[in-house]
Amino acid sequence: MSVDQDTVRRVARLARIRIDEADVPKLAGELNSILRWIEQLNEVDVAGVEPLTSVITMKMKMRKDEVTDGNRAAEIMTNAPASEDNFFIVPKVVE
Amino acid sequence: MTSLTSLTIAAARDGLRRKDFSALELTDAYLAAIEKARVLNAYIVETPDQARAMAKASGARLAKGEGGPLEGIPLGIKDLFATKGVHTQAASHVLDGFKPTYESTVTANLWRDGAVMLGKLNMDEFAMGSSNETSYYGNVINPWRRRNSNAALVPGGSSGGSASAVAAHLCAAATATDTGGSIRQPAAFTGTVGIKPTYGRCSRWGIVAFASSLDQAGPIARDVRDAAIMLKSMASVDPKDTTSADVAVPDYEAALGRGIKGLRVGIPREYRVDPMPPEIDALWARGAAWLKEQGAEIVDISLPHTKYALPAYYIVAPAEASSNLARYDGVRYGLRARDASETVAMYENTRSQGFGREVQRRILIGTYVLSAGYYDAYYVRAQKVRTLIKRDFDEAWGRVDVVLTPATPTPAFAPGEITDPVQMYLNDIFTVTVNMAGLPGIAVPAGMSEEGLPLGLQLIGKPFDEATLFQAAAAIERAAGSFTAKPWW
Repeated sequence: MSVDQDTVRRVARLARIRIDEADVPKLAGELNSILRWIEQLNEVDVAGVEPLTSVITMKMKMRKDEVTDGNRAAEIMTNAPASEDNFFIVPKVVE
Repeated sequence: MTSLTSLTIAAARDGLRRKDFSALELTDAYLAAIEKARVLNAYIVETPDQARAMAKASGARLAKGEGGPLEGIPLGIKDLFATKGVHTQAASHVLDGFKPTYESTVTANLWRDGAVMLGKLNMDEFAMGSSNETSYYGNVINPWRRRNSNAALVPGGSSGGSASAVAAHLCAAATATDTGGSIRQPAAFTGTVGIKPTYGRCSRWGIVAFASSLDQAGPIARDVRDAAIMLKSMASVDPKDTTSADVAVPDYEAALGRGIKGLRVGIPREYRVDPMPPEIDALWARGAAWLKEQGAEIVDISLPHTKYALPAYYIVAPAEASSNLARYDGVRYGLRARDASETVAMYENTRSQGFGREVQRRILIGTYVLSAGYYDAYYVRAQKVRTLIKRDFDEAWGRVDVVLTPATPTPAFAPGEITDPVQMYLNDIFTVTVNMAGLPGIAVPAGMSEEGLPLGLQLIGKPFDEATLFQAAAAIERAAGSFTAKPWW
């Protein structure tokens, strides 16, 4: 599987990262060399092998379904680039 | 009188208790050393006021004969750990100006035990790198140089600031994190001791996430004893991290006194890479001989899927990173691009300006391998390979107690020397299997390269058996001695 320049543009759009058009060929080359190196995994026989979901065998912890935290709106806003009355301000999304 | 900054944690602890010097004098000695060593660029932010206030409080407790196990001990904190009211940016521009309103569990544990914070340490951006060349705050310089050379060398990464600061005696010890080798590789490059504990040993709460199924916190310290003291304080089960394990944390320092007679040490044949650098091969053989001389039994073992660990890692880690780093969108914290007339442009411009090149590359790889049509071919296959890697170790534990390997394929290199991403990734070839299997691994200095640079060995242990790692690492340390960089800064 190799990545063409259109795929680089599509993946960048999915990842919400603007990339310069001039950078596309170089990025395609870099991604391809990484993916080519990863391809060696195709040599491994994984028939009947379960994908790993947890490295340490332990039972998922359960806790009481109750509110343990909250009422921190002002704290949550302290690092916001733009805010007003405990709302995050973003560019207009509806006309 | 020896300089206060030359004392290990254990020695400083004894000196403080004997009132040979005060906690404030100790902290002031470190603050002065940090100021003189800014050329190393190990600290991003120095917090002298906070450090002195904490040291004074420690002094008061010590005067009353009270105090925790780390009372008055000055530490450096990797910029990945949330520290309340203090710069926490994962060395990234995208978190510009971020100051958390909360404290990470690991650092909270250290302050509870009396430690003093000197400042925040430089690192590769979002812990993605093996040379500390991806930080928004510039390269960290290794205190070690090649014999008869003034050329700068990298300290390794991603915990490069932690390793450099510990090696240059700019803190008694440092916190660090390890996703593929980010504690052990820089420790090996700087002649320091670094342990990545078992996945779940330390809480990940309040640590900026890179790849959640692989990330673990651990210490970098000057010797094995100090690493044992640090891990004891850092580790805990935490209701705020469901993957933190409810397994008692033993007194690791007590393990150091135990000999290694009868310890079964595995030598995995697959770690003999092609080509194997002769000085690394010799170091490895010498390490095995030291352990044998002290009563250990050396056993040849096989971990057949070793060579697939690194390529599988470069699917799993970027996939998790692309998901974890989706939160940096310019809305709730950190950088927001100015030229943003609508939301998608705001996201795209913020992320383009805020993330460095290596971070962008990994997000793109992660997004690609998770995208429709590729998920099974890449991500699911990598997780199956991970099962096989873990199974290799599970089978080995029937025959051996620890596994001995080299820590890195080379000593420290120069900034700019490695530009190809895949070549850079190969730095973690001996360390990454441990993260993939969730196991503990420790890097301990074991000798010098022909060029006069430190080299490390790695010991890998059974899940939650860090005590045996400290015990075996102490045996290597006894034979190899310690390695201290000569100050030139």
